[in-house]
Amino acid sequence: MKGVLFLPRTIFIGGAITALFLLAALLSFIWTPHDVTGVAIAQKLRPPFGDFILGTDHFGRDLLSMVMVGARVSLAVALVAVGIGMGLGVPLGLAAAARPNAWWSDAIMRLNDLIFAFPALVIAILITASFGASALNAIIAIGIFNIPVFARLSRGAALALWQREFILSARVCGKSDLRISAEHILPNIANILIVQGTIQFSLGILAEAGLSYVGLGAQPPLPSWGRMLADAQTMVSFAPHLALVPGLAIVLAVLGLNLLGDGLRDVMDPRLKERQA
Amino acid sequence: MSALCFSALTLRLAGRDILHDVSFEVPAGQITALIGESGSGKSMTALAAMQLLPAGAQMRGRITLGDQDLTGLDESALCQIRGRKIGMIFQEPMSALNPLQPIGAQVAETLILHQGLDPRAAMTQAQAVLARVGLPADQFPPDRYPHQLSGGQRQRVVIAIAIAAKPDVVIADEPTTALDVTTQAQILALLRQLVDEDGIGLLMITHDLAVVAQMADMIHVMRRGEIVESAPADRFFRAMQHPYSKALLAASTHQVDLIAPTAAPAPLLCVHDVRRSYGAPGLWRRAVKPALRGVSFDIAAGGRMGLVGESGCGKSTLARAILGLDPIDAGSITLNGAPVWRGGAPNPDIRRQIQVVFQDPFGSFNPRHKVQRLIAEPLHALRGAASLPQGAALRAMIGDALIEVGLRPDDMDRYIHEFSGGQRQRIAIARALLIRPQLIIFDEAVSALDVSVRAQILDLIADISARHGLAYLFITHDLTVVREITDDVLVMRAGQIVESGPTAQVLDAPQHAYTKTLLAAAPRLPQTHPE
Amino acid sequence: MIQFVMRRFLSLIAALAVSSVVIFLVIEVAPGDPASFMLGINAQPDTVAALRAELGLDQPKLQRYVSWVLGMLQGDFGISYTYRAPVGQMIADRLWVSLPLAIYALALSTLIAIPVGAYAAARRGRAGDMMVMGATQLGVAVPNFWFAMLLVLMFAIKLQWFSAGGFPGWEAGLGQGIMALSLPAIALALPQAAILARIMRSALLDVLGEDYMRTARAKGLSRPRAIWRHGMRNAMIPVLTILGLQFSFLLAGAIIIEQVFYLPGLGRLVFQAITQRDLIVVESVVMLLVFTVIMVNFLVDLAYLWVDPRLRGDG
Repeated sequence: MKGVLFLPRTIFIGGAITALFLLAALLSFIWTPHDVTGVAIAQKLRPPFGDFILGTDHFGRDLLSMVMVGARVSLAVALVAVGIGMGLGVPLGLAAAARPNAWWSDAIMRLNDLIFAFPALVIAILITASFGASALNAIIAIGIFNIPVFARLSRGAALALWQREFILSARVCGKSDLRISAEHILPNIANILIVQGTIQFSLGILAEAGLSYVGLGAQPPLPSWGRMLADAQTMVSFAPHLALVPGLAIVLAVLGLNLLGDGLRDVMDPRLKERQA
Repeated sequence: MSALCFSALTLRLAGRDILHDVSFEVPAGQITALIGESGSGKSMTALAAMQLLPAGAQMRGRITLGDQDLTGLDESALCQIRGRKIGMIFQEPMSALNPLQPIGAQVAETLILHQGLDPRAAMTQAQAVLARVGLPADQFPPDRYPHQLSGGQRQRVVIAIAIAAKPDVVIADEPTTALDVTTQAQILALLRQLVDEDGIGLLMITHDLAVVAQMADMIHVMRRGEIVESAPADRFFRAMQHPYSKALLAASTHQVDLIAPTAAPAPLLCVHDVRRSYGAPGLWRRAVKPALRGVSFDIAAGGRMGLVGESGCGKSTLARAILGLDPIDAGSITLNGAPVWRGGAPNPDIRRQIQVVFQDPFGSFNPRHKVQRLIAEPLHALRGAASLPQGAALRAMIGDALIEVGLRPDDMDRYIHEFSGGQRQRIAIARALLIRPQLIIFDEAVSALDVSVRAQILDLIADISARHGLAYLFITHDLTVVREITDDVLVMRAGQIVESGPTAQVLDAPQHAYTKTLLAAAPRLPQTHPE
Repeated sequence: MIQFVMRRFLSLIAALAVSSVVIFLVIEVAPGDPASFMLGINAQPDTVAALRAELGLDQPKLQRYVSWVLGMLQGDFGISYTYRAPVGQMIADRLWVSLPLAIYALALSTLIAIPVGAYAAARRGRAGDMMVMGATQLGVAVPNFWFAMLLVLMFAIKLQWFSAGGFPGWEAGLGQGIMALSLPAIALALPQAAILARIMRSALLDVLGEDYMRTARAKGLSRPRAIWRHGMRNAMIPVLTILGLQFSFLLAGAIIIEQVFYLPGLGRLVFQAITQRDLIVVESVVMLLVFTVIMVNFLVDLAYLWVDPRLRGDG
């Protein structure tokens, strides 16, 4: 086993940033520096680094507190969307790979192609038009978009594995396709699924911010990073910190997850491993 | 006159010594062979001559071409040497050509680069070179792409690229290893002809003594980065000095002791008129390609059968059908009278009686499981039919299995990447033996191994089959292996068995024209009488 | 080869057909009646019924679906519930902003990303590569609409090189139009270019490890020439796939970024339509977006044919 010290630095940096945001989001449930619901016009539009570390918005709300509460929405939406994508996409991909000649295998992949034609924004527009805007829409829209990503990835990797001789050996021993998928295929593609999971997590944060920004995601009074940016837009010329703070929060969160994903890939990439062996 | 000369070449890469004090010459108009097992450093020698070593390689010593020292040249001068003065032929013709460019253009590129021809003249010249290597333009238009050619034809294109600019030296790194035996013979003949006609100095790098036995003028044996013996080819085989050369030759001419079965043979596996076709996928084109066209044969209990054929002849399809991995279109396959495929699914009873050992010692095991779990996998076939051993009993059982194949019981707690290729094949055999099957299929099971390891594995196979009265079907492209390890042999071509019979009889007095071609093409070692 | 094109074309038609059904159904299940919404709560029932008949809402679903699809095939997208104007015309006007914006951004990001990615791959592990990788790592993390706000702050408000938003219309001249779309296109293109450059780099690195690159070097090609003549085209195969996917991201991104620059594009149209419950506009815009994405992917498949002879089939 490799010592912890030899792990890529990106894992530590990315992991620390990600953990910071997760903790901030959790902490916001029990404590924030200031109240985010109350309006205090007297202290509106304070610049950062004064009484309020990140300044206040046009209602006098503390931006740091809002970023903390906003992290809840962003992280929860993106995380649940990854769960939807993995939970549905991976079994579909594994099934399609186990029986590549079955008619439904083809149907699964066609369905995937079809979903790819609907960017998350388009799905969100459709759902919002029918059912009204909410954070749940964002979860569903991004989650649906994640399904074909994981289905294609797991199918491709599984197809390559099914040709490997250790799978043929397992079949000779009479193991069922389901059992082989669970016992041999899934553990061997878990690496790339985890790496892709962190990437989709970060993409989900970006997508949620975009949806909230145009009003298709989380609704007031729930603060979210995208909505904070939308509110900031008209005031950006005289209070740039309103745009900078939530924007930097998004960049930092996404950057952290991407670094974590890169680091994990460096550690787990089977190609790198075989080169070392 | 010496065209290419290595003197005191030493090479370090990533902190490891790759080559140590290597000195030899490649004279013009001769074939110089560099022989060694995998990891001996022979391919690095070739890359050193081209000065195409991986980044970070530290080299000492001199490599001279004529009177020019290559080691001191800068990159642009080297570009004038590569392709113009030294041509190179690689092992994998499937990947050595740019898949997106027509073959004519790929040959012409060398000519444009080194002879200053304009594209049109270069293309005319390229056609002539392609014709010379056996790809005349009327049969193989130069606008063909690599994927439209067979492996042997692609290797001819690679050779054309190497010789187009009339280099003084050509380096061929395992040029025929990826090819079938008949194609190999043609490519070797072509190389010999080019040396004779153009006076090229050819450096042949190979692991196979037999390949160079008939064509090399000079032989250098390399082991762990050092040249341990150098001799003219005729003297080398008559009077080799170094123990390693002797061991190499002994392994190449290895003969296992096949103990004749004692009991009267009863039929075990019956393959009768098996047919199988592959359809191109999709609704539109169901171009049916027959892979098995009526194959019939029997294997007796304890029988040791060989199956020989070139790539694409259907031997893998046949193996998959017998193993119950794929259904067949027509005919029957039975083991002890019971069909291997029953009611649209593999017959579980048969699964307890057949096992398999594959070629690739790296791909045969789930890298995430320990050896104990890997070996225990066949027990799955017994569930419901017998009480499965657990805990200590299981460990004892697997320990015994490891001992039987020459490994230690405590190896069961290690992961597969900790083992060498030969050890992995031993583990594969232990796995196949665990449930005491009656038939094992060895699918090219020794093809990926170095010759000395191969000899040990063949001994092991002969030993265990005698001990357990085990029948096997040994699938291979290698006639020498068949001669060693089987009593009877089937020769397969284009989905049919063209000849069958006792191994010695088929190989010594072949009846079918194809068998004769195969035997004639197989490289052979000279009869030696070690002094 | 013709078979390949035919097969792809048929699956294009099938994808469009299924998409249209899905879109129609999702919009159909929307609660509430557009006619009563348009006329307000105090409308007389017979007025509502008359409007329903005028809009075709009283017909059975299947018939409405068929006439919607047939109408679209003839360029008739129906009448907007809110504006009582042909939806087709409304969309066409807006499309002249959104589509040029997406294409402008795609061109920009490709022109930036391919050379940058190739440069990084050629200098793998050296300072130039490190800088590119660092910059793209940051670029990938930046939301394009936020980047757009920063650009507005910098170049429109502080430096006043560009106007902060709005669109003069193509009638004002090509140069004016392009000028107005430049900041939005840059905001869209740079984050996408970061992704594409990373893809290009890894695709080229994969190709550099191939045997035929060694063959090219052994021929006497210098490293840069070998990369140019043999590496680039092979690396384009995975890059093409990503380009196809990126177009749909850019289209979606364009719709969002229009909000930052107050551009009269499809985005403004569709978001207004959502708040006004002008569902037929939403339906048609979504169908158009999906059609564009499917079409672009079809074109990418055709581009594969051009790049990769192995797909053209033998003979």
